[in-house]
Amino acid sequence: MTLHSTPKPQTAPGPLLQVRGLEKRYGSRIGCTDVSFDLFPGEVMGIVGESGSGKSTLLNCLAGHLTPDCGQVIFDTRTAGPCDTVTMGEPERRMLSRTDWAFVHQNPRDGLRMGVSAGGNVGERLMAVGARHYGNIRDHALDWLSRVEIAAERIDDRPSAFSGGMQQRLQIARNLVTGPRLVFMDEPTGGLDVSVQARLLDLLRGLVRRMGLSAVIVTHDLAVVRLLADRLMVMKDGRVVEAGLTDQVLDDPQHGYTQLLVSSVLQV
Amino acid sequence: MSAQTHPASGQIAQGQIAPIHTDQAYNFAYLDEETKRMIRRALLKGLAVPGYQVPFASREMPMPYGWGTGGVQVTAACLTPDDVLKVIDQGADDTTNAVSIRKFFQRTAGVATTEQTTVATVIQTRHRIPETDLSEGQILVYQVPIPEPLRFLEPRETETRKMHSLEEYGLMHVRLYEDIARHGQIATSYAYPVKVEGRYVMDPSPIPKFDNPKLSQNAAIQLFGAGREQRIYALPPYTDVVSLDFEDHPFQASKADHACDLCGSNTAYLDEVIIDDAGGRMFVCSDTDYCSTRRAQGHVGRLGTAQEHVA
Repeated sequence: MTLHSTPKPQTAPGPLLQVRGLEKRYGSRIGCTDVSFDLFPGEVMGIVGESGSGKSTLLNCLAGHLTPDCGQVIFDTRTAGPCDTVTMGEPERRMLSRTDWAFVHQNPRDGLRMGVSAGGNVGERLMAVGARHYGNIRDHALDWLSRVEIAAERIDDRPSAFSGGMQQRLQIARNLVTGPRLVFMDEPTGGLDVSVQARLLDLLRGLVRRMGLSAVIVTHDLAVVRLLADRLMVMKDGRVVEAGLTDQVLDDPQHGYTQLLVSSVLQV
Repeated sequence: MSAQTHPASGQIAQGQIAPIHTDQAYNFAYLDEETKRMIRRALLKGLAVPGYQVPFASREMPMPYGWGTGGVQVTAACLTPDDVLKVIDQGADDTTNAVSIRKFFQRTAGVATTEQTTVATVIQTRHRIPETDLSEGQILVYQVPIPEPLRFLEPRETETRKMHSLEEYGLMHVRLYEDIARHGQIATSYAYPVKVEGRYVMDPSPIPKFDNPKLSQNAAIQLFGAGREQRIYALPPYTDVVSLDFEDHPFQASKADHACDLCGSNTAYLDEVIIDDAGGRMFVCSDTDYCSTRRAQGHVGRLGTAQEHVA
């Protein structure tokens, strides 16, 4: 089942991402509030909860798509060390989001350029950070397409000609091509049938382990976090109600809502 | 129409200057002085920040959008009674767009007009840069349909503005990548994106990429007006303009691989003209002034006869 990686390698100095007292309100309503956690290098954090519990709001605040009302999101940058991404300048934040960060959308159409070929989609981030050699960009794209199990001859096809599962894999390739250290995933397996889901999860698990990625995965599918996540946060009404190791939370849920969530999973 | 009519008939008629402050139906060069002032401010800002798209309050002009309303407004704001105006459309002085805009300024400004590139002080152009080198003191006004080079890749205006301000131009290369992936080479042949002074990526209006090298280090002032999109941008004289490309697919200014059939020029940009139903065709200079000047000098091409005027 879940592979327990050591949350803190001996040599690593500190967490990759520190979240402190994060809050986002929509008017008087709460999007998410009082969220704090640390994410260490190589660790995968799952966030589960029902629809409207603030999972996606939280993820968008972490990834800089939404501006939180208060709190800190401190990321350990390569050059300047730990920086608060909420207060850093927009150029730096956008630079982070195309180098060290990746964001996998639930709907691949949100994360892909549908009018641009698969190769162009994978190459975009390379070109955004200054790659100007067509041959090299294409080699990179081919390499990444093979890593996500897309045939090389599909490189010049547009994503609209791909199946849903292939589109999602293409989106992952496009995000990981610049070697990010932190991946945000919003329901990466949503809308896929179970056999395609299983292959995608297998692929994701392999990539995360091999590249030593840290990831924050938002999902309502407990099987996904069981397979991928080292640690788990359960959210309800914008608040974290329970947090801990994945197996511990899922096998011995303490909070009433978590117990309800775990017992709601259909047993086949 | 205007109170004064001037017999400007393609010949230079200097000295026949309309008094500006009279009880006439139209102000000099159609636009009122307040509007011209507003446009001139935008032009100055554009010249101060080469390649930056300056918003301006584009006016309704007595011609449809797409016929050069942006260029006409810029020309109107630049014209003085002493100016000599040349208008070209795809290089030609005698096509519809050129003729109607030239007539417009003859009637509303009474300025002298010419077809000679070297004599003109203001040249309004649609989609070409004259073959003859421009000199200091000349103004070249471009008509621009869509000023935003990133538009077809990124439809959101808020996002493209941010991309310009943060210099995020990777997307422009995605377009060129797609060209090579699909056609084996950069197939974009007009409106080829350029980078100005190492900063702003700019759409040079739909000029053929053959003309792109002439944008750079040009002695003339180059002004770009987009009427429908309400944007003005500019290149001051001697500005560095670089066409975007890949290291292994460098930019190439291309033209039809022929000589002009009328004047024999090997270096001018050519139009292909179908001349019969049997597949016969000829190539002629798109710049009519350049071609006729060469023929007057005695150059004769494959199908031309000395001094003959071919429409």
